[in-house]
Amino acid sequence: MRQGLIRLAMPRLPGVLIVILLGAPIVFGLAGTLLPALGYLPALGGHDFSLKPFQDLFSVPGLAHSIALSFGTGLTATALSLSITVLFTACWLGTRTLQLIRNLLSPLLAVPHAAAAFGLAFLIAPSGFLVRLLSPWATGFDRPPDILILNDPLGLAMIAGLVMKEVPFLFLMTLAVLPQTDSLRKMKVASSLGYGRTAGFLKACQPDLYKRIRLPVLAVLAYSTSVVDMAQILGPTTPAPLAPRILEWMGDPDPAFRLQASAGALLQLIVSAFAVVLWLGLERLTAFVGRTINRNGVRHRRDMPIRISMLVSMGFLVGTMIAGILLLPLWSVSRSWWFPNSLPSTVTFQLWRDIDQTAGAPLLTTLSIGLAVTITAGLLVIAYLESLERSPRGTRKNKSSATGSSSSFIDVLIFLPLLLPQVSFLFGLQVLFVRLDLDGTLFAVCLTHLMFVLPYIYLSLKGPWRELDTRYAKLASSLGACKNKIFLKVRLPLLLHSLLVALAVGFAASVAQYLPTLMVGAGRIVTITTESLALASGGNRSLIALYGTLQLILPLLGFALASVIPALLYRNRAAMRGHS
Amino acid sequence: MTDGLVLDNVNISLAGRSLVEISTTIAAGQVLTVMGDSGSGKSTLLEYVAGFLSAPFQASGKVILNGYDVTSDTPQVRQLGLMFQAPLLFPHMSVLDNLMFGLPAAGLSKGCRAEMAEAALRDVGLEGFGRRDPATLSGGQQTRVALMRLLLAKPKALLLDEPFSSLDQSRRAETRHFVFDMAKSHKLPVLLVSHDPEDAKAAEGEIFTL
Repeated sequence: MRQGLIRLAMPRLPGVLIVILLGAPIVFGLAGTLLPALGYLPALGGHDFSLKPFQDLFSVPGLAHSIALSFGTGLTATALSLSITVLFTACWLGTRTLQLIRNLLSPLLAVPHAAAAFGLAFLIAPSGFLVRLLSPWATGFDRPPDILILNDPLGLAMIAGLVMKEVPFLFLMTLAVLPQTDSLRKMKVASSLGYGRTAGFLKACQPDLYKRIRLPVLAVLAYSTSVVDMAQILGPTTPAPLAPRILEWMGDPDPAFRLQASAGALLQLIVSAFAVVLWLGLERLTAFVGRTINRNGVRHRRDMPIRISMLVSMGFLVGTMIAGILLLPLWSVSRSWWFPNSLPSTVTFQLWRDIDQTAGAPLLTTLSIGLAVTITAGLLVIAYLESLERSPRGTRKNKSSATGSSSSFIDVLIFLPLLLPQVSFLFGLQVLFVRLDLDGTLFAVCLTHLMFVLPYIYLSLKGPWRELDTRYAKLASSLGACKNKIFLKVRLPLLLHSLLVALAVGFAASVAQYLPTLMVGAGRIVTITTESLALASGGNRSLIALYGTLQLILPLLGFALASVIPALLYRNRAAMRGHS
Repeated sequence: MTDGLVLDNVNISLAGRSLVEISTTIAAGQVLTVMGDSGSGKSTLLEYVAGFLSAPFQASGKVILNGYDVTSDTPQVRQLGLMFQAPLLFPHMSVLDNLMFGLPAAGLSKGCRAEMAEAALRDVGLEGFGRRDPATLSGGQQTRVALMRLLLAKPKALLLDEPFSSLDQSRRAETRHFVFDMAKSHKLPVLLVSHDPEDAKAAEGEIFTL
């Protein structure tokens, strides 16, 4: 009897674990944000429900301005990122140029937001590389000009940073789903009817494509309207957008500010939700306009101008990002780099030589959290995907047609941590961990990272896993191989490269986490990302650059391993190259 | 008790519509060719006999192998050798590892099992190919290795799903005869699914058209 129960429960266990590990923190986190926002936080002496936290919140000077900034920068960054992605794809799909951009953008996806923001700052700041290149011969500046390029009041620098980070994400998401849309054939039909390349894609393929990248787009919107790390580095400060201000109130020793912060976290949820609602409205409008345009029969045969301009935009974006990133290692070895010198006058590897003192402890913490979380999440995702394979409904035909089944429920749930503004449930989660006496522990930080690493590993591995030819498994089982043998000897080795890439993506996501580490770690868990932002307000550019470079190196190492290990293991297996 | 593969009143349907109805006996060493256009359900019949049929398809009837009813057995224990359109040698294993994947453990030493796999390679004229990467073999060679991998697993019948369609015309006849001769010499009943009349002719057996 008991054995029967175990056998019945085992296949569902991985799915149930994922639901609990993602669902519970979200539910408790949101509840833990709501109650203090209504004045109830016994730990800080708040026993009575009241609207005082909200009254405090709304009397904060410049709050409306902060809300408008979060809203405006988030929507603009998302709309720009999506437009660039879709238009570039429309203009260059099926060409070698697109392949080239794909190869350039794939590694950029792994660059943490903070590192990308530091790189951009080093590039465009008044004392940054670009002004130095032009000074003093063209600009006449022998001192950094007193202009607000970074932290500009409209948040333009922050929008630029967000777009640079989100375009690679949306572009690679687009390329991942494109095969499902049969776009290449649809474009051939459109071309043979006389449509130009760009118009053909936008009219025939784009609507179907958008449906498939909608969740990632909404995730970008939720993230951009509530971003903290990029806002602290590039965003306006007088006032700052909503999310960084909430973080500031949270760190205040006065309990009243904590309650106000929780009300702010709830307000952030509403602001982001409102942005999503507005976005959905814009979707409708675009679809309506699109339908009208689709019927007008205009061919737009000559589309070279837009194709060239999209190529220039994308090239500019990639170039800016790469230039910024390259400045990080350069700054990390510069001793004296006075304005307006274009290059450092003295180079020193002191910071790198003393790495155990300059960054040793944070590096070790980052590595341990990253490895623990990535391995745990990887095992969970593998166990879940394998359990789908073994369930009687798990055959390929059912998987693609299953709607409303447990697998599509998990598909949506797994996206939820990426669709909610982090600060809105992290506040409550922090309260919960304080209650459990777990705040500031590695364990709590790992649990929180898991919420963000699981989705990335799952999203990366799901596609290759489903695309694996099911006939291999059928063949193996008709040869008498049991399910475990098929899993270990056939499926896992065939998917090795995809699996390692997914783990590298997960590890990169863990390294990049700022807000979850800072809040749940209660300031006691210091990673290279949290430390780099702590340094940001100080003026030690070389040290910031060292941390920024480390943020680049760790994910890069992961991806390097992910491509080297299969290449070595399968060096004599031609068909395994380029597999997956 | 009858030797051979018996399909007893097998009826496969999809959403209440009957796709395949067949009741037949394939004797040891005989080939039954099931012909039909794509979408006629011939591959579905093979999936059913091999034990892979799942919702939304529904099936009734029995599959009886050498007198034993295997209808409710898992694919692992049916001992039905399955061959698809492509040889599907595991790309991450060497040719020898592919063959040894097919060999049952059966308490044999590793050296003994490797020797059996080498012998199988010799049987099909591929001596010394054991360490090769399967991707470096020609299509015909791959099909031969795939067949030996199947036979080493000691199947009691063969299920062939258009196994020659991926080969070019010149290799097809040769490989076809090789497979049928092997099946005959091992006294295996063969269920062949195809849309190529040449396959049916070479099989010299009964033809069932869907």
